[in-house]
Amino acid sequence: MSLTWLARRLMLMVYTVIVVSMLVFAITQILPADAAQSLLGENATPEMLAALRAKLGLGDPAWRQYLRWAGHVFAGDFGVSMRTSQPVGPDMLAALSRSLLLAVSSILVTLVVAVPLGVVAALRQGRLADTGVSLIAYLGVSLPEFVTATLLALLLADTLHWLPATGYVSPLEDFGSGIHHLALPVLTISVILIAHVMRMMRSETLDVLKSDYIRAARLKGLPERTVLFRHALRNALLPVVTIIALDVGYLLGGIIVIEEIFAIPGIGRALMVAITTRDLPSIQAGALIMAATYAVTNTLADMAYALLDRRIRYD
Amino acid sequence: MTELFIRLIRRPQGFVGVALVALVAVACLFGPALAPYAPEKIDFLGRFRAPGWQNWLGADQFGRDILSRLMVGARSTVPMALIATFVGSAAGAIIGVGSAYLGGRTDEAIMRTNDAVMAIPGLLMALLLVSTLGNGAGNAVVAIAVAFAPGMARVARSVALNVRNQDYVKAAIARGEGAGWIIFREMLPNVMAPIVIESTIRVSFAVMLFATLSFLGVGAQPPASEWGLMVADARQYMYQAPWGLIAPSVAIALTAIAFNLLGDGLRDVLNPKDER
Repeated sequence: MSLTWLARRLMLMVYTVIVVSMLVFAITQILPADAAQSLLGENATPEMLAALRAKLGLGDPAWRQYLRWAGHVFAGDFGVSMRTSQPVGPDMLAALSRSLLLAVSSILVTLVVAVPLGVVAALRQGRLADTGVSLIAYLGVSLPEFVTATLLALLLADTLHWLPATGYVSPLEDFGSGIHHLALPVLTISVILIAHVMRMMRSETLDVLKSDYIRAARLKGLPERTVLFRHALRNALLPVVTIIALDVGYLLGGIIVIEEIFAIPGIGRALMVAITTRDLPSIQAGALIMAATYAVTNTLADMAYALLDRRIRYD
Repeated sequence: MTELFIRLIRRPQGFVGVALVALVAVACLFGPALAPYAPEKIDFLGRFRAPGWQNWLGADQFGRDILSRLMVGARSTVPMALIATFVGSAAGAIIGVGSAYLGGRTDEAIMRTNDAVMAIPGLLMALLLVSTLGNGAGNAVVAIAVAFAPGMARVARSVALNVRNQDYVKAAIARGEGAGWIIFREMLPNVMAPIVIESTIRVSFAVMLFATLSFLGVGAQPPASEWGLMVADARQYMYQAPWGLIAPSVAIALTAIAFNLLGDGLRDVLNPKDER
């Protein structure tokens, strides 16, 4: 990982965040013919409309509106919520921390389950275990999050009464109850991620097992266990880093639905509330923070990949 | 074409995919004619009736027949997903092929920007657009199409880069053909196969995304018996009548699986080299 490569990768990240901020701003504030009207609804009086237009600076040209907003955001000021009259930034970041807890737990569960299953499927290619794993993977990617969530809640909360159906308890305050409340949402997100990672892990392991260096290791007379763990798995695991990073985008989208269903006060739910109450500063902050999180995660994953795989020389 | 189809249905994946897609197509075309009841027919004596001979898949909180609602609802779910995928794929393909044709720094700039747009998750993009355009099925379709275009552009561009260096494209440039001619008449027809495969798989994402938007209340609006909307309705009564929840969920899943299998089957048939 050379310094020039790192510098270029970081510049790309900054570019991504800038493009995303322009898009978010354009969609929410420039695209509506009259943002004030669409924010306040049809019952707004002309005075209210005029006041809001002045407050948002809607009379200015689009680029000036954007630069003013971007300048404030850059200084860490996302504006004041139109619903609660509180600053948006701190609320959104607190919500993000709860979402990240959900996301990180889901990724951990996914890795623990999906990697061994994918390897087993590859080792037993074409046999019952492989077919089973492939079928489950198909089902996992063919169920939208809201369906998985509702069906799991129906089974584990309403029928078996093992887990609470909704709600959030901070694990910092009450660890046991916190984990208990997180279990159902984490399980739901993991179903989809497991399907992805399992498929990837299976095909990667198959590819690696066919490679020349594995044949060489076997011909050297190394025990099969050493071939598998020291040589095959290390290489098959690499692309999983990339898949997980790409799945973070998926995860962030999924989190909107999951948090809405399980009433978790994360950034997805905050965004849904903002959208339904037409709280413009919160919509902009939520969307921007989510997309920026994705951009940063992807950059980190690329860096991890470059560090782990010595064969890749980015110039 | 016929030979391709026969090869497709010879594989178990392809056969199941084609059969399921055909089933969905029948429901979309003839659903209202085949449905045993009118989808809005209220029967207060039959509220939450369990699946049985009267209502094969049970009845909902108003005693409406769930099977009939599903069959009629196919029309407000699947065609929307198809239109969204088609528009999104077409736009993405033109951007991707155009970018590959232009090449060099322009290509670099277009693709970097395209990647940046992809940092906005599909559902988030769709939600933002719908919140601006207004709730409703039509706007949800536009939103999904926009959310799909960048992903498609990336796929199309990577294929088009190979085509760009083919002799027939160079010949067209040497003949002095315009950019529009080269992109639409020379390059696009030759990158169609991977784009069709990718789009077929994406239909299943579109079905799920559209149902999700309706579930969240910003896509199709009541009283449409759109499948995501049916799940949202049934959630309040899931303890009394779990069939109200399970039936539309299975319908969504089967449709998504159908297009996934069809896409995978097409890929196997069109690229026989990749045996995975």
